[in-house]
Amino acid sequence: MISELFTTAVLIGILTSGIRLATPYLFASIGEMFGQRSGIYNLGVEGIMLMGAFAAFYVTMTYGNPWLGLLAAIIVGSIMGLAMSFISVTLQAEQGISGIGIYLFGLGMSDLLFQKMLGTVETVSGFRPVSDSLNRIFPDLLPGLAGIPVIGAIVSILAQQNIMVFMAYLLVPIAWFIMYRTTLGLKIRAAGENPAAADALGVSISRTRYATVTFGGAMAGVAGASLSIALLNVFQQNMTSGLGFIAVALVYFGGWRPYGVLFGAILFSMVNAIQLWIQALNIPIPGDASELLIMMPYVLTIIVLIFSAGRMRKPSALGVPYERGG
Amino acid sequence: MLDFFVKYPRLSRLVDLALPLLATLAALGVGAIMLQLLGANPVDAYGALLNGAFGSQNALADTIVRATPLLLVALGICIAFRGGVINIGGEGQLVAGAILGTLVGLTFPEAPGYIVIPVALVAGFIGGAIWGGIPGVLKAYYNVNEILSTIMLNIIAVQGMNYLLRQPMIDPAQAQLASRIPQTARLVQAFDLPRLVPTRLHLGALIAVILAFVVYIYLWRTTSGYRIRAVGLNPDASSYAGINVKRNIVLALLLSGAFAGLAGAIQVYGVHHRMFTDGSLAGFTGSAGFNGIVVALFGKLNPLGAIPASFIFGALIVGANSLQRAMQVPAALITALNGLVVVFVVASDYFSRRLARSRQIGVEANVEPSPPASMPPALSVEGDMSSD
Repeated sequence: MISELFTTAVLIGILTSGIRLATPYLFASIGEMFGQRSGIYNLGVEGIMLMGAFAAFYVTMTYGNPWLGLLAAIIVGSIMGLAMSFISVTLQAEQGISGIGIYLFGLGMSDLLFQKMLGTVETVSGFRPVSDSLNRIFPDLLPGLAGIPVIGAIVSILAQQNIMVFMAYLLVPIAWFIMYRTTLGLKIRAAGENPAAADALGVSISRTRYATVTFGGAMAGVAGASLSIALLNVFQQNMTSGLGFIAVALVYFGGWRPYGVLFGAILFSMVNAIQLWIQALNIPIPGDASELLIMMPYVLTIIVLIFSAGRMRKPSALGVPYERGG
Repeated sequence: MLDFFVKYPRLSRLVDLALPLLATLAALGVGAIMLQLLGANPVDAYGALLNGAFGSQNALADTIVRATPLLLVALGICIAFRGGVINIGGEGQLVAGAILGTLVGLTFPEAPGYIVIPVALVAGFIGGAIWGGIPGVLKAYYNVNEILSTIMLNIIAVQGMNYLLRQPMIDPAQAQLASRIPQTARLVQAFDLPRLVPTRLHLGALIAVILAFVVYIYLWRTTSGYRIRAVGLNPDASSYAGINVKRNIVLALLLSGAFAGLAGAIQVYGVHHRMFTDGSLAGFTGSAGFNGIVVALFGKLNPLGAIPASFIFGALIVGANSLQRAMQVPAALITALNGLVVVFVVASDYFSRRLARSRQIGVEANVEPSPPASMPPALSVEGDMSSD
């Protein structure tokens, strides 16, 4: 029954998975937000995520160290972001379509590498929940806190997450600080709002955009890694299944602001967590239409976009290649 | 080198036309390196690919059969992109059309084929139009970015398809079995699209080619098509000239979806004769909704250019499968190469622009650079119709 959803254990379960599920979105969306704030939108996020996921998985499996895997994802993501920068900034190509090209390349290439280098779906031991290392260092800490009513629940939710989840959430205030409290952030915003004026003031538009899009690529790679070596610990073909495109949508959804993106990512993930738990608990669905549940987060995203699109102001120069005197 | 083309402007226009081919050759060159790294001889591999795509009458027929949905989707993409809207929803629109088209055949199994087939194809057209019209309305009247809404609608479509094929539309024979394979019953044989020659080649290919000419005439010889292109070129000027920009945005996306939907219905009636799902979109569509974008770009967003373009990509897909069989090179290589082709073709526009500029400078000094020949400028001014 639906009332089964409202027991403490299940609510804690939903919160735990909801918080965890937001991880890849946060990395990819915050990275994409930087690119879009500087005027470039990269639809190739999904493809870069797949490549990052594969790189992280393969390196982690080979060397047994998830940190090396993470590094590999950053490198692969940066290279693909750099490629996107070159296409969209230097060659001034239409960004939406270039992104689709990057996506198809990543989709095919990660599949190809998977078939050639792995062959079968395997699991890897990636990042462990933080409770593992906490228990090792302070054996009494978690059992001690567990008894306290509300704090115990919060601690148990957090302790089950792995380090990449925390990094994803930490990225949000860092992104906010860079965007609104540093010269770099000012340059990025200027490049996306009024590149001609910024250029006249000595900001290198192309260098700024190269930096943000490459960073966005690196973060997309990390987002992929968060799937393959932290959340799922497997790699298979097309394992992102649209997640990267959702990440792009969340940037619009969040109105190009870090905390807006955070809100969108959490909302989307919580709805997803609820539908996953409804399925896990075998709660009967009218007409046995579990697919309708899976649709929920996507329908919700469209609805929120309808209500928010009018109010959001996107970067004025988003999608417009910059050319001096052009 | 540019000076050279300034002297011979006609030659530079030739280069313009050849650029997609050069871009493809470049992508195939990268592919050759990848093949070498995969331990396959590139010459042998491309030989196997060509042989698989053109080596026999059956191979050639298969290539055309694979090209058909690509061409139809590409026709829709031509309309959308010319109208300044980016439709990424071909996959979902194809599925929506296939569902509605299949329903017609399943509902009237006794009716004669010469009635059911046309009605089903029209139903497919309408199904795609609905699924394309939704993002059109969302963009025109609610300012929702069409790239995002079409992507969301793709996912909603695949889940809808999975539900329908698992529950209400499931093959009654499968419903009795424990396996319950999610697919519809096979449509009555009388509803199979007629074969053109004794191969798998069916009437749908001919329909697609005819429609390519229809879309060409529509875009360049009718007022409605002119309006769509005008909105794509400059929404502000179009609005000032009295064109209803919002309505034309909806129309462009609706028509775009309709052609993808028709592709879905033709796949059902010409190739599969039923609907089935492996849970993913590509399982049913074969990624035609995405690859159609590649084809349209390759044809420089010209419906007639999409005909040879679809043939080339149909050949790549069919050839990739025999490449996989003959040399154990995963067909995923072709997906990756498709991506490279897109990137190279779009990037090659840069050289088109430089050529165009050098032509102008050759004619008269200090002229403003012209926009790229192949891409409506409004495409790059993505989203935002609030000025209307």
